[in-house]
Amino acid sequence: MTFLLAVIIGVLYAAGTYLILRRSMVKVIFGLIFLGHAVNLMIFTVGRLTKGVPAFVKDGFYGLAEPYADPLPQALILTAIVIGFGVQAFTIVLFKRTYQTLGTEDLDEMRSTDQLPGGKS
Amino acid sequence: MNRIVMLPVLVPFASAVLMMLVHRKVVIHRFLSLVSTLLLCAVSVVMMNGVLREGILSLQVGGWQAPFGISMVADMLSAVMLSASALIGLTSVLYSMATIDRDREEYFYYPLVQLLLMGINGAFLTGDIFNLYVWFEVMLISSFVLLVLGGRPEQLEGAIKYVTLNLLSSAIFLAAVGILYGMAGTLNMADLALRIPMLDHRELLSVVGVLFMITFGVKAAVFPLFFWLPAAYHTPPVAVSALFAGLLTKVGVYALMRVFTTVFCYEDAAFIHQVLLWIAGFTMVTGVLGAVAQYDVRKLLSFHIISQIGYMIFALAIQSPLALAGGLFYMLHNIAAKTGLFYMSGVIKRLSGSYQLRDIGGLYRLYPFLGLLFLVPALGLAGIPPLSGFWAKLVVLKAGIEDGQWVLVGVALCVSMLTLFSMIKIWNEAFWKDDPRGGDVRSYAWEYDALPLSGRVSILLPVVILGLVTIVSGLWFEPFFGLMEHAAWELLDRGAYIEAVKGGGV
Repeated sequence: MTFLLAVIIGVLYAAGTYLILRRSMVKVIFGLIFLGHAVNLMIFTVGRLTKGVPAFVKDGFYGLAEPYADPLPQALILTAIVIGFGVQAFTIVLFKRTYQTLGTEDLDEMRSTDQLPGGKS
Repeated sequence: MNRIVMLPVLVPFASAVLMMLVHRKVVIHRFLSLVSTLLLCAVSVVMMNGVLREGILSLQVGGWQAPFGISMVADMLSAVMLSASALIGLTSVLYSMATIDRDREEYFYYPLVQLLLMGINGAFLTGDIFNLYVWFEVMLISSFVLLVLGGRPEQLEGAIKYVTLNLLSSAIFLAAVGILYGMAGTLNMADLALRIPMLDHRELLSVVGVLFMITFGVKAAVFPLFFWLPAAYHTPPVAVSALFAGLLTKVGVYALMRVFTTVFCYEDAAFIHQVLLWIAGFTMVTGVLGAVAQYDVRKLLSFHIISQIGYMIFALAIQSPLALAGGLFYMLHNIAAKTGLFYMSGVIKRLSGSYQLRDIGGLYRLYPFLGLLFLVPALGLAGIPPLSGFWAKLVVLKAGIEDGQWVLVGVALCVSMLTLFSMIKIWNEAFWKDDPRGGDVRSYAWEYDALPLSGRVSILLPVVILGLVTIVSGLWFEPFFGLMEHAAWELLDRGAYIEAVKGGGV
């Protein structure tokens, strides 16, 4: 299971990195989303996978008995997903608005703020 | 006393919520913003006093003991940074009142500023590394919206770069936090400080350290990672640029300081400091060279932010008590001077009708007082005694010499010269030379002349306040530096921090 997840995380990282290097804005958004998912899965995996055991103290016990599932990575991922969702929604609207205003979705054409006035390059 | 630790987060949050309840009542928004930022100033003074008297303050949120719950910790470093953020927040609200247009004000400008302050203050206070990520996101999303509010093409274009790179750095941050949790099994900074020296897998720990360096480096705009800053910072209204310039990059530097002194302190960490030294040198040089080439006041100042960050990273990389105290003083001096200069760029625009230095001139003849007002932060930034910049540079360079970093000290001095050169460039072009447009020079200042007296006060008072900070902390350097030394001592003596968090009750 860990191996499978590791492969998936690697593929997501590779695809995300490739996509954010593209010039098209839509692909950049997909790249950011892929990277977000890759990170979430990675927290899940490095937080140790435990199968079929509860993450809470059983009735009549006073502490967690080994092995137990660690609930914290899941809480972290949940927080990260919620934050990521909000930020990605904002990004999509921003990119759409930029496309409407500037009339292009080619990131290489958006460099007027980087240039010196009258400069060539 | 410990409960006060939550106030710098709660005050802006409460005022933002209240403002959103009374949508479009701009007068109420302004009033609440002023009240909130004044309260923040008061709270930060009380907190600094508390830290001086009682040592590090800590609060376990919800009563869950560390390391299980989230700790909010206020040591001297946090208290000092909080007072800076409160002061910049106050001046920014003052400046906004006369300069932000009605549309922006109605579309939640003031609540967004409060939420930004909340995120910044939360980042300064938290003692939990995942919580730091959450505060970073609060800060980022508010800054995204403030940056694009108004929706002009150049704003959107700048925001694309700003948003993409910052989201990427957030993903890296999260990955680093995840790996660190997998290794150490805790996220509490004090607990991490205890466990990291005992961990196996040093090579993986180094990877995590580098990931943190990259992610905070993006936020702090250090050498290879700064490209979003000059692309975005000159596009929003001046009040927003000044707020960003004063605080956002410094949150990145603060995070670097916190993580690489308190948390990542083990014997192999030396290579991280070596890398930081290289980064510091390149950041200083590239930033100032970018600034020298610019003729747009705001772009010039944006590149200067990067260059000045280099000095702070230099101080952090040396990591002697003197260097850390100097770096912290440098950060505070820079927050005041840089924000003042950004406000001044807005005043120059109002007086002359343009940000382009080639097109304007002759302001000193018409407004000698405003010329002097510009010179205080400008010479302060360049490091002319007796202003605060002189002491900041002196201490950092002295620490550098003590550590034997001759090359970097030389680089820093050359960069200082170029800083002075580019400040003189603004002075010569905007204030000294004759206006190239000729004609009735007074007519270009219609934007300024149209302001009522209250408006003039509201755009000049922030510059005066920050100028006074620069002058007073330069002339009366000793007590300010005492606070910085206290903070540096707390950063290096991690026992006090650990005890305050793990031993402290509610």
